[in-house]
Amino acid sequence: METIKLKIDGIEVECPKGSTILEAARLANIEIPTLCFLKEINEIGACRICVVELKNGKIVTSCVFPAENGMEVFTKSPRILEYRKKTLQLLLSNHRRECLSCVRSGHCELQELCQELGVEDEKFYDGVKTPSEIDDSAPHMIRDNSKCILCRRCIAVCEHNQGVGVIGANERGFKTFIGSAFDMGLGETSCISCGQCIAVCPTGALREKDFTDKVFAAIADPDKYVVVQTAPAVRAGLGEEFGLPIGTDVEGKMAAALRRLGFDKVFDTDFSADLTIMEEGTEFIERVQNGGVLPLITSCSPGWIKFCEYYYPEFIPNLSSCKSPQQMFGAVTKSYFAEKMGIDKEKIVCVSVMPCTAKKFEINRDDEAANGVPDVDISITTRELARMIKKARINFLGLPDEGFDDPLGESTGAAVIFGATGGVMEAALRTVREILEGKSFDEVDYEAVRGVEGIKEATIPVAGIDVKVAVASGTANARKLLDMVKSGEKSYHFIEIMGCPGGCVNGGGQPQQPGWVRNNVDIRALRAKALYSNDAAKTFRKSHENPAITKIYAEYLGKPGSEKAHHLLHTSYIARKINNYGF
Amino acid sequence: MACKTCSVPFKGTPEQEKELKAAIALMKDEPGSLMPIIQKAQEIYGYLPIEVQTMISDETGVPIERIYGISTFYAQFTLEPKGQYQISVCLGTACYVKGSNLVLEKIEEILGIKPGQCTPDGKFSLDSCRCVGACGLAPVMMINGEVYGRLTVDQVPVILAKY
Repeated sequence: METIKLKIDGIEVECPKGSTILEAARLANIEIPTLCFLKEINEIGACRICVVELKNGKIVTSCVFPAENGMEVFTKSPRILEYRKKTLQLLLSNHRRECLSCVRSGHCELQELCQELGVEDEKFYDGVKTPSEIDDSAPHMIRDNSKCILCRRCIAVCEHNQGVGVIGANERGFKTFIGSAFDMGLGETSCISCGQCIAVCPTGALREKDFTDKVFAAIADPDKYVVVQTAPAVRAGLGEEFGLPIGTDVEGKMAAALRRLGFDKVFDTDFSADLTIMEEGTEFIERVQNGGVLPLITSCSPGWIKFCEYYYPEFIPNLSSCKSPQQMFGAVTKSYFAEKMGIDKEKIVCVSVMPCTAKKFEINRDDEAANGVPDVDISITTRELARMIKKARINFLGLPDEGFDDPLGESTGAAVIFGATGGVMEAALRTVREILEGKSFDEVDYEAVRGVEGIKEATIPVAGIDVKVAVASGTANARKLLDMVKSGEKSYHFIEIMGCPGGCVNGGGQPQQPGWVRNNVDIRALRAKALYSNDAAKTFRKSHENPAITKIYAEYLGKPGSEKAHHLLHTSYIARKINNYGF
Repeated sequence: MACKTCSVPFKGTPEQEKELKAAIALMKDEPGSLMPIIQKAQEIYGYLPIEVQTMISDETGVPIERIYGISTFYAQFTLEPKGQYQISVCLGTACYVKGSNLVLEKIEEILGIKPGQCTPDGKFSLDSCRCVGACGLAPVMMINGEVYGRLTVDQVPVILAKY
């Protein structure tokens, strides 16, 4: 590789040709602050926090300015520090500075930079502010443009990573604001509720709709029986809210914290992930054997489902009719579990903790109330659970590791990897292969479908058939994959699609990591590693070996794909139309 | 949030739609063709209501928000049609100190529209402008090119009634 040499703050740096000054500086362990910059997603040099000074006195944005041979760069001269501080003061002049009550206070990127750069007078340039209104029209989130700094990260993930593009910058100059076409509320657009925009927002401008008060109220209500389920990816993210390194598995502490919050039963969505594999695996085998519609496409991710309904309705027949694990869990809680325990299903409040904001949308979908009551009543994100734990003053780090309750707390390694891209496919392969070949295999790791690449492919020989599978994460990648399937360029038997890049571990409801962390480490890979370690340590690693699953089929459901299973565990989809504004 | 759609009902014709779709088909595969397409649409329809922007989005596959973003960024694009009678009130320095803002307010009050908008019946559209070169007649307004000078607020209803 061709390299170049330059001097940054007096230190000689050798970097690959084509590097930016920011990248070169990092090689020399010199940190330059950034705000709008998100590697490979938002590289527009707009916020001007990453400015550096060249020897000729020119000030340039290091995130996009190419490093050149022989260049001399100064990243912390008094002039630069003053420049950055002024930029922050100008941002603050149009920012609703209500840090005390802001959801992001304490982990806001703007706030952190202001402290770092010693902004003493936040009102220095105070004056008129851009008029704005709060958009709470979407089922899952709220936008408060009075806290927006126009970094455009949300626009970039929506369009670049998700291939959706329902938000953008409207108007110009001082009037500029982030919004949708014709100033429609987000809820009126073809937004898929993935929440990736929230995950990358540096301030409190974007946030999930918070339902923690509803959960506290349900727990306090003596007439309610409150059951909680936690998705696989939550245990791989929650620890970050309490200062643990990214990728720490806090399953045991999480179960302990939920118990201390007062839930009547602490269950695990992993149980219903195993259930999903039984149902989806059976559906796959049936489709292959009976000439059904192929490729079969997974249906666990409600962001992906909404994307499919809006943008690729022609693939609806390919979607597995299986409900997502969250919904399956609710359906069996209010039937099997309720009957077993002799509890009135009307009294049960099913709370889910999800790495996802689209789950808030999913609980109110049609055909998601198998027992005449909603399968799931309240869906909160990983961030909201952390907020509850903090509000209740539970010393999370000091908690012992505890297990989940029986019977809906038992799960296998196949279930826990649902939280990473490729995990559902791997779990399905573990089970489908053994069912079709009628014997047990020792090897359970399908490395080909692991990893953070946007699109992965593999061919797995199963019972004399070369089963062709593909895995995509991030709906922009789903777009690419489906276009190839549509054009006939590719054909598969089975496709896994997750709405968020990297899968649920990087879901829109997971703890927010600042840009300067996201740019340097791959949070998707680190969190996924926690799940794969959890899987490797499990006694049972195949869904069909889960004793609780065997039991629920024997006692209640009959066999996978039975009429009862269909009634409780399967759902339907509707074709939606984009640009459908009723004229 | 209120959807900001046009106050004037859309009256596009099948001929206009055909012309726009033909133009898009011709241009859409060229890199950077979105601007020319939006310009063409405004040339055909005179403005860019949601109906026209939806057509562009459907035909090009570009999210409608990007089209809307562009059409609100550049001053050359308008989301409102021009009326049969186009009123333009001068807010240049001379007119302003002579009270043209009060004239503008009166017109807004009578027609129920703001600058940049058109009355729902399509009769009047209202704009403000900067100096028409008739400072000696301040305050000044123009209706379809006809100049009205030395205006007082009281004259406004009388003048509008002529149209």
